[in-house]
Amino acid sequence: MKKSVLRAGATLLALSLVGVACGGGDDASGNGCEGDLKIAFFGALTGDAGNLGINIKKGLDLAVAQHNAENADNQLVVEAYDSQGDPDQAPALADKAIADPCVVGIVGPAFSGESAAVNPKFEEAGLPIITPSATNPDLSKNGWDIFHRALAGDDKQGPGAAAKIVADGKMKVGVVDDNSEYGKGLADIVQESLGDKAVELNSLDPEASDYSAIITAAKDAGVDAVFFGGYYAAAGKLAKQMADAGVTATFYSGDGTLDVGFIEAAGPAAEGAILTCTCAPFDTNPEFLKAFQDANDGENPATYAAEAYDAASVFIAAIKDGKTTRADILEFINGYDAAGVTKQLKWDETGEVTGSAVYAYEIKDGAIKGIGLIE
Amino acid sequence: MSTIGNAFAPVRDAFDSIGDAFHRMNQWQKYSFYAIVIIALYLAPFWTDIPVIGPIVDTPGTQFSTVLNDQVIIFVLVALGLNVVVGLAGLLDLGYVGFYAVGAYVTAILTSAHGNLPWLLSLPIAVVVSMLFGVILGAPTLRLRGDYLAIVTLGFGEIIRLTAKNMDWLGASRGISNIKKPPSIFGLKFGVIDPKPYYYLGLTLVLIVVFVLHRIEYSRVGRAWVAIREDEDAAELMGVHTFKFKLWAFTIGAAVGGLAGVHYAGKVGFINPDNFPLQLSILFLAAVVLGGSGNMYGAILGGVLVAYVPERLRNFADKRVFVFGVVLVLMMVFRPEGILPKRVGDEHKKRQRSSQNEEVAQ
Amino acid sequence: MPDWLIIRTFWDLTVTGLALGSIYALVALGYTLVYGVLRLINFAHSEIFMVGTFGSLLASSQFLNIPLLEDGNYPYRAGMTLIFFLVVILIIAMVFSGISAVLLERVAYRPLRGNGDSIGAVALAFLTAFIVSLIFIDDTQVNVIISLVLTAPIAYSYLRIFKRGRKAPRLAFLISAIGASTAIAEAVGVWGTHGRDQYQTARILEKKTVFNLFGTDVRIDYVIVIVGALLMMTALTLFVNKTRLGRGVRAVAQDAETSRILGVNVDMIIIVTFALGGVMAGGAAMLFTLVYDQTRFNIGFILGVKSFTAAVLGGIGNLKGALLGGLVLGLVENYGSAIFGGQWKDVIAFTVLLVVLMFRPTGLLGESLGKARV
Repeated sequence: MKKSVLRAGATLLALSLVGVACGGGDDASGNGCEGDLKIAFFGALTGDAGNLGINIKKGLDLAVAQHNAENADNQLVVEAYDSQGDPDQAPALADKAIADPCVVGIVGPAFSGESAAVNPKFEEAGLPIITPSATNPDLSKNGWDIFHRALAGDDKQGPGAAAKIVADGKMKVGVVDDNSEYGKGLADIVQESLGDKAVELNSLDPEASDYSAIITAAKDAGVDAVFFGGYYAAAGKLAKQMADAGVTATFYSGDGTLDVGFIEAAGPAAEGAILTCTCAPFDTNPEFLKAFQDANDGENPATYAAEAYDAASVFIAAIKDGKTTRADILEFINGYDAAGVTKQLKWDETGEVTGSAVYAYEIKDGAIKGIGLIE
Repeated sequence: MSTIGNAFAPVRDAFDSIGDAFHRMNQWQKYSFYAIVIIALYLAPFWTDIPVIGPIVDTPGTQFSTVLNDQVIIFVLVALGLNVVVGLAGLLDLGYVGFYAVGAYVTAILTSAHGNLPWLLSLPIAVVVSMLFGVILGAPTLRLRGDYLAIVTLGFGEIIRLTAKNMDWLGASRGISNIKKPPSIFGLKFGVIDPKPYYYLGLTLVLIVVFVLHRIEYSRVGRAWVAIREDEDAAELMGVHTFKFKLWAFTIGAAVGGLAGVHYAGKVGFINPDNFPLQLSILFLAAVVLGGSGNMYGAILGGVLVAYVPERLRNFADKRVFVFGVVLVLMMVFRPEGILPKRVGDEHKKRQRSSQNEEVAQ
Repeated sequence: MPDWLIIRTFWDLTVTGLALGSIYALVALGYTLVYGVLRLINFAHSEIFMVGTFGSLLASSQFLNIPLLEDGNYPYRAGMTLIFFLVVILIIAMVFSGISAVLLERVAYRPLRGNGDSIGAVALAFLTAFIVSLIFIDDTQVNVIISLVLTAPIAYSYLRIFKRGRKAPRLAFLISAIGASTAIAEAVGVWGTHGRDQYQTARILEKKTVFNLFGTDVRIDYVIVIVGALLMMTALTLFVNKTRLGRGVRAVAQDAETSRILGVNVDMIIIVTFALGGVMAGGAAMLFTLVYDQTRFNIGFILGVKSFTAAVLGGIGNLKGALLGGLVLGLVENYGSAIFGGQWKDVIAFTVLLVVLMFRPTGLLGESLGKARV
């Protein structure tokens, strides 16, 4: 018996050594790919914030499908890394993406939190990323060469939202956030841009059900507008409870709220709410709109789908140009300058897209309507 | 026994026979067994490259070696620490994530946010600060009875997380990035991509913790803990200074939790309050109880399972948490002492006797 | 008086705090009852509440067939229709929660007490087969069919194991509760029609102001919540104090073994206890959807933690303590938010709990379901 225990241990050891001998190649980067090149999606597909990730993946899928239909000899594959938006899970997924030599570009990471956790890895691996949705301004200040975003950051959106609020003639604006990295970051910028028109209403817990304490404070301050930095589910609850409490202030919020989920949650209280986004309205480009509808049973592209399509198109352009390694593709992107469906795609050395704008949207008759650029 | 219901019988029999064989081995054989197992464990990142076995152990969608460090090592460390509190001293702690967070935050503050210390120097400081937090929480609350302690510790974990989230000095919801890495040593470079050096470091930490805890468990302190767990009043009457030893359990548990936090912060380089949710405390507790509360090796096994199995089952996608919940219930119904129950002596006999009495009563 | 936010808005905060506190109190009763009788933290009670909110959702959307919006407006009802609808929703929510609480006890707790029965065995057998089949096939319908086929033989072997009557250590109950809690919430999150998204419930009660309290408008829904919760609690107290079954509950809470010897059917009393807690959670769930019009698979988690805090704050095992703890917690959260800002709300709640327990280690009113008069 005791011999067999020793033998089992020795077998385990021997097998492990076999592993060492066989392996050792899992850090390959760049051109060791056998088979089709892959463009990866990185972000949440399941979990609490799955909606936004699904929108992004649809944009990416469309771009790749169009390419594959036209180029039978140069097929591309979409690989999805579902982080559930959790910075804890993201590193193991990022390492997997890096270890796969066929992954030459990433559309994502979708959120700012996971970006902070994994972008240093992509930078080290030289794996180019174009995020269609992570808008935290600090992300471009890390000196990452691989980092690009397909829309402007919150440092553009915040002042834009503030300008819209002022242009609408609001004098006293309550500023609330959901205490998330994104929400608080955006709300702080809006508050700063509003200057003495802003009334700090502090943060709420997006998972909580009752926001009466904050609404009471808003009522007490006599605000004529409320800006909320955060995501759509909490925004809907807040807007609804505000209306119930008799607060008539106009509801403003940012791109995290730009989802039909907001209208569902707020019901009639959503009417007249103004949302800002550095993303373009879905009908900006009729050609893209039609292609998207055809590919998705007539469904309209939702928030970030067009940006994801743009991001994927840049990678595809690089691959068509004969670039097959991560380094070559990165160089191609850094020198890229062409029109996408949402904007002119050209990046400065920090990875911010040049010439971007902030759009305003209004909730009207239970639907999101673009009401144009904010000057 | 012949029914298929007792699905764990083969597992237990296997472990029992290994245990029996182990006890019959002589000194030399034992040491070589230890050596073989430890070397095999150090080679774990390469297991995926073994023919046939590799695809079975590999985690779909995630990098196996990253999972080994970021999930498995962290959970094993934490389970070892929590096992001291819950398994040995019998104190129900639902806020253990708080100590883990303290360890990570102290490292982040000292090496990035408000200091420039090397990671190695932050390690002892963070462990000591975690112990201090253990005393701060333990001193006023350890006089409370079991279930009150549970909710108080739960609240403590939340207070730590929310304080980090609301204080700009602690990075608020942005978190703290650019945390320093461990120093390169023996040709191991602690970079951002290759997780293997971190795994080797983490495994070394686990081995050290196992060694130290093993010594403590079989010392006077360890015997006092078991006495408290089995019957606090009796222990007090027999002259065991229960409060002092409970506080020790809390403090030592906190130190190990803090150590896990330091290792995590050094590996990931970026932490924010969302890394330390209340649910994590519950998973930690589940790891200890699932593996076998009170048995260090059970806690290790529990930590490995709770960390690894959800990653292995990644293709279940969003159903894996449901499966995990059902498995917990099934485990508790059919094997409530965990997979590897604590070593039993008189206590075991006592329980057998009481269950026999009940059968008589029914 | 200084011009502080908390003083200017004191009555506003009081009304909303009491309303939320009433819901905490109703849910806290479930924790307290089960704790009083079994000395068990019924961690999964939060999901019993969640099931109740889905009960009221189904009641209004399926059973009563009320749309979410009628011509872009809320489907308000008035007069007797309104009262009838509210009562129907309340009853269905209570039935949902009550049944799930009793099932929970059968499946996740009773086998651990050493006397599992066939209902528990069948449920556990089905779940076993289901999760094993999930590994091989990813098609819910097929999984269900396979599991149903395999249930009988597995249940048979489970029953034989139950016959051995092994009792589990205390900690095992808590972990089983945590597992059940996770599984119930996730099941709704995975197989619910909206998955993990928020669900809206139809709003049939127009939220009109009914009276003015020191300059603060008090809305009808808040009045219904506070009065409704007090009525339910009174009914529960009367039940526990005045009826035969209630006396059984108190007897088992005091000393289960002696009660058994004296002829009390302890298992029956435990079922009654879980059912009572479930019914109260169902009532809380209906009142919750009345005010907030929404629910979600994980709605129970935070509310459950808060309610459990309330139960401990008041003195777990003590019915009046649950009421007091709930109301105090609701008020403290609101006042605290006004003073320190909403982001510190939970920190304040837990700090108050810590301080109270330091000076009164068994809560504000002490624990006493069996010992003192409740």
